[in-house]
Amino acid sequence: MRALRFNRKQLCIPYAVFLVCFVIAPLLVIVFYAFTNGQGQFTFDNFVNFFLSTNTLGTLVYSFALAIVTTLVCLIIAYPTAYILARSNFKKKYVLLLLFILPMWINFTLRITALKEILSFIEGNISAYPFLNSVIGMTYDFLPFMILPLYNSLSKLDKNLIEAASDLGASRFTVFLRVTLPLSVPGIISGVTMVLLPSMTNYVVLDMLYNSTYIMGSLIGSYFSAYDWNNGSLISLVLLVIIFIVTLISNRFSDKDSENRGAVL
Amino acid sequence: MKKALRIIWLALVLLFIYVPILVLAVYSFTDASMVGAGIGGFSFDNYINLFKNDELRGMIFGTVALAVICACISTVLATFGAIGSFYSKKVTKSLINTANQVPVVNADIVTGFSVCILLIVIMRIGKDTFIPLGIGHVVLTAPFVYLSILPKLKQMDNSLYEAALDLGATPAQALFKVVIPQLIPGILSGFMLAVTLSLDDYFITTYTKPSTFDTISTYVVNATKGSQTEVKTALWALSTLIFVIVVVVVVLMNVLSGKKKGAKK
Repeated sequence: MRALRFNRKQLCIPYAVFLVCFVIAPLLVIVFYAFTNGQGQFTFDNFVNFFLSTNTLGTLVYSFALAIVTTLVCLIIAYPTAYILARSNFKKKYVLLLLFILPMWINFTLRITALKEILSFIEGNISAYPFLNSVIGMTYDFLPFMILPLYNSLSKLDKNLIEAASDLGASRFTVFLRVTLPLSVPGIISGVTMVLLPSMTNYVVLDMLYNSTYIMGSLIGSYFSAYDWNNGSLISLVLLVIIFIVTLISNRFSDKDSENRGAVL
Repeated sequence: MKKALRIIWLALVLLFIYVPILVLAVYSFTDASMVGAGIGGFSFDNYINLFKNDELRGMIFGTVALAVICACISTVLATFGAIGSFYSKKVTKSLINTANQVPVVNADIVTGFSVCILLIVIMRIGKDTFIPLGIGHVVLTAPFVYLSILPKLKQMDNSLYEAALDLGATPAQALFKVVIPQLIPGILSGFMLAVTLSLDDYFITTYTKPSTFDTISTYVVNATKGSQTEVKTALWALSTLIFVIVVVVVVLMNVLSGKKKGAKK
């Protein structure tokens, strides 16, 4: 064991090497492929084609629309839920919360299968309402990821502030609008980022519900099946830029709640 | 009145979350082939098929094995990574933290696609070796392990390590006997998180898996498009089983942590 002389700092070397090789390098490769053609020559063609084709541009717009509507629906359902849970006098609030986020641990493809059965039973032909069912499917999949950060930020809220506001004569509505809502912004932002991005890319939900998809993720899927690495990389790059912008915005508001997805257990 | 409204709201959200899962659970004990179809009678056939069908059994075993193996690798890598970076210089630390954050905020589909291009297209590592699949899942899970260990490192009393060294322990002994035991809660929750993330993954798996290998996610997606009712209804049984396992694990963990808290008091 005498040979084992090391500095604590050196322990991070394997992980750092791993991150460079399999996290950073793949991103650089994506950028390289997005701006080259099949022969490896530098070109802007993929880029130009993306913004000239009505198909890809339409997909981008549709993705945004679907993602924004899904996020809003999740927010509208999750905010009151998280609010009621966080403010309840129930002794074991955490147990109640678990009831709402428990589906997170069930494989999402199995949950969507269940949803599909119910929707087909209610609606008959699911593919008749693609947008509506996409929103329902995505909401069903991502709702727990919205409830959790909202609950975390609402339950940390200092109750004295609310009492102070009402003592000073604010109505319940004003208290909510001027005190509770602003203080829960970090939770809202972190919930929004956790729903917005997956609902632009998780085409499997739509694929399973009605066998066809029109979102950004599905473009990558179809380029992957066609072995078109260059155009696939360009779509990935577009997504990366969107993710980067969203992350920048959310970092300005967040109070280090980024570990929410990790803080579940 | 207000209280009643709150309870109704929570009940409605719970209904939305649980009706599909529970209806499917009920149907999994019948011989019906779709929800709403006539129920001939009570039967365990779906559960028997789930364990008799080699393909299904192999798929479930493969998914769990992949998740556990990758979670072990991620946990070791990220634990040492977190310890190392925590004691490194500020620059190194923030570089590693940033790189670690990339797979966390990135869309899974972009992570999967980029790993696929680097390892399979450029480095020409065969998908059948399982190496791309394994690396993909470690890329997905290790950053979350890292994130769940960092807070424990911050809470730790730094002087204990120094004291161990002063008392004649080698750095290795101090690490394994003093530092790591204090990180165990973080390591365990990181490990559990890694397992659940890997079990739930679809995108990284699709882009890196051998064509003959399926995880639950990829298998279910293909099965919903297929017309094999026997497989479809066996998956209802799987969904119900997973639901029961999740409920049991969550209840157990709560009982255990409740006991711990009680003991501390």
